[in-house]
Amino acid sequence: MSKKAPQNEVLTGEHYISGNEAIAEGCLAAGCKFFGGYPITPSSEIAERISQRLPLLGGIFIQMEDEIASMATILGASWAGKKSMTATSGPGISLMMENIGLGVMTETPCVIINVQRGGPSTGLPTLVGQQDVMQARWGSHGDYELIALAPNSVQEAFDLSIECFNLSEEYRTPVIMLTDESICHMFEKLIIPPKSKIKIKNRKKPTGSPKDYLTFKPDDDLIPPMAVAGEGYKVFVTGLTHNEKGYPIITAEAQEILVKRLCDKILLNEEKIRRVENYKVDDAKVLVIAYGITSRSAKGAVDLARKKGIKAGLLRLITIWPFPTKLIEKLAEKTNAIVVAEINNGQIIKEVKEATNRKIPIVLSSKLGGIVHTPKEILMKIEEVAKK
Amino acid sequence: MTTPEKYVRDTILEAKKHPMDHLLRWDRLPHVWCSGCGLGSMLSCFVQALTNTGLNLKKFAVVSGIGCTGRISGYLDLDVFHTTHGRAIPFAIGLKLANPELNVIVFSGDGDLFAIGGNHMIHAARRNVDITVICSNNFNYGMTGGQLAPTTPEDAWTTTSPHGNVEPAFNLSALVAAAGATYVARWTSLNARRLMASMEAAILSKGFSFIEVVNPCPTTFGRRNDFDTGLKMLNFFKEHTVIKHGIDPKDTNIVFGKDLIVGEFVVKTGKPTLDERIQSIGKKSEK
Repeated sequence: MSKKAPQNEVLTGEHYISGNEAIAEGCLAAGCKFFGGYPITPSSEIAERISQRLPLLGGIFIQMEDEIASMATILGASWAGKKSMTATSGPGISLMMENIGLGVMTETPCVIINVQRGGPSTGLPTLVGQQDVMQARWGSHGDYELIALAPNSVQEAFDLSIECFNLSEEYRTPVIMLTDESICHMFEKLIIPPKSKIKIKNRKKPTGSPKDYLTFKPDDDLIPPMAVAGEGYKVFVTGLTHNEKGYPIITAEAQEILVKRLCDKILLNEEKIRRVENYKVDDAKVLVIAYGITSRSAKGAVDLARKKGIKAGLLRLITIWPFPTKLIEKLAEKTNAIVVAEINNGQIIKEVKEATNRKIPIVLSSKLGGIVHTPKEILMKIEEVAKK
Repeated sequence: MTTPEKYVRDTILEAKKHPMDHLLRWDRLPHVWCSGCGLGSMLSCFVQALTNTGLNLKKFAVVSGIGCTGRISGYLDLDVFHTTHGRAIPFAIGLKLANPELNVIVFSGDGDLFAIGGNHMIHAARRNVDITVICSNNFNYGMTGGQLAPTTPEDAWTTTSPHGNVEPAFNLSALVAAAGATYVARWTSLNARRLMASMEAAILSKGFSFIEVVNPCPTTFGRRNDFDTGLKMLNFFKEHTVIKHGIDPKDTNIVFGKDLIVGEFVVKTGKPTLDERIQSIGKKSEK
C-alpha cells in the first residue's frame, strides 16, 4: 500500500490483493472503527493495513501488549458503541479465549479473525492449518454458542468480513472468522462493490426511557437491545451469571435461564445464519464436505471423480458454527458415503458423524498442517468409499 | 399493604439516606465486604469525589476486574463493567479510545491490577491513556481466602506463604510512576478527605492517573499478621502515616513497623495523552 492511504471506507473497484488485505478492507467496509491487536504470523498484514487506513477514517488502531489485552480492549470499544475487531492466529487465539467467553456472556458484538496455522503450540507459524475449528466452539470454558465463518477465496474473505460484522451486530455475539494461512497469503482478484450495494447491519438499540431499561432484558427474538456507555442508560455488565438487570445472581436457576438463552439465540437461528455452497450435490452418491482452502482441492477432486464416473458432490461449509446439523442429516439420506477433508486430525468429521448418526460410511481425508490437500488425495478417498 | 413493620423500616431507611445515595444501586446493597474493610470508605470517597468534579455523571464509566475491590463497580449507579481477572485496564482503554468523551475509572485490587494484570498496568501508564486507576492495596487476595499477593510484605503469613513470605513486594506507586503515569498518589483508607480530594484531582487530571489506597483486610490478612481487627490497622495508619508530597516514589516502600509514606507523589502536566495523539493522526492528514 502506498504511503498515503486512501481516505474512504469502501475502496470500490477491482483489486489484486491478498486475503489478509481483503479482510482488512472488508472489515473497514463493514464499518469497523476500532482495531486492537497484537502482531502474529500469518495474520499481521491485517493489522498493518488497518493501522495505515483506520486512523485516517476517524477510527482507532491500537497495538496492545498481548492478545489477552487485545480481546479485552475490543470488548470495551464495543461497549463504547464502536464496531470492533482483532486479528490473530493459533497462539494468540488461545490467549483470547477467556475474554471471548466474556464477550459471549456480556453479548458484546465484535469480530475475531483467526488466520489458522499449524499447531499445537508455536507449531507452523508460516504454514496452513485448520486445527482451531473445535477450539472456536469449545475453547472458552462453560457452555456457549458463537458464530464462525470460513472463506475459501480472497473475494469471499472480503465478503465474509462484512458478514461477520453484520452477524455479530444482529445476534450480539463475538463472531470468529476461521480462515487460514493459504487463503490469507494468496493473491487474487477482488471486486469491491459500491458502498450503496453493501448491506450493513447495526445492533438493536433500546427505544424506551433509560429509567425502564434493563441491560440484559431480551426481546422475543432472545436478543436484548444494546445501550452503551455514555448514553445515560446506566448499563450493568458483568461476566458473572446475571439476571435481566445485569445483576449477578449466583444460583442454578439464573444460570439455567441465562445460558439457555445465550445458546438458543444462536441455535434456534441456525438455518437463518447458515451459509453453504452446494456443488454437484443433487445426485451425489459420494458427498465431500470441506471448508476454507481445503474446499478448493475438494472441488477439484469432485470433478476428477465425475470424470471417472463416480457421482461425487461437494458441500462447502461457509458457516462452521452453528453447525448445519439438520442439513447434513438430510443430505446423508440421499448419499451413500461421505468424505470429510480438513487440515487437522479429524475435527468437523465428528460433527458430521453426529449429524448422520453414523448411518453411512464417513471417512476422513486428513492433513496435519503445513500443506493443502491435492485434489488427487481427496479423490483417493472418494474412490475408496465409492467401491464399498 | 403497608404493615407497621414496613412503615417503620421504610422510615428508618429514608432517614438513613446519605446525600450520595443517588449514585448507588440500592437494590444491590448490602455489600459483600467484611466489617473492618476499607472498601466502604473508598466507595464513599469516590462518590463524593465524582460529585465534586461537577462533570456530567452520564459520561462516567467504571470498570473493575475480579476480587473484593472488583465489586465496587457493581454498587455504582453509573455505566459499570465487571470484567475478567486482570483485564479491567485493557477493557477501559477500549472504552476510552472508542469514546474520548467518557471519563473512565478503573477500580480494582492489588492482585488484579499488579499480578495477573501487571503487564496491562505498566503499558497503560507508558501509553499515557487518559484514564484513572484506583487500586485498593490490602496486601493479599481477600476474596479467595487470603493468599499471597505481589504486595504481601516479606515474611508475612498468608495461606500460600505458610512459612512466611519469601518474596519481596512491589512498591505499586513507584512502579506506576516509573512506567510513566502523570498522576500518582497513595493514601490509606483512613485519610478519607485527602483521598477524596485526590480522587477528584486524578479524575480531572489529563493522562494516566493512579491512586494506591492502603486498606485494612482484617479477615484474611490482618488477623494472621498482628492486625486482627480493622481498627488495629487503622491505628497503625494513624500512628505511622507520614505525608510527603512530591517525594520520589522509589523512596516509599511500605514496611510494617516503619513510617507509611503517603501523599501526591507525581503531578505532571502537559504530556500528550494517547487519545489526543491518535486523534491527531486523522487531523494531520486533513491538512
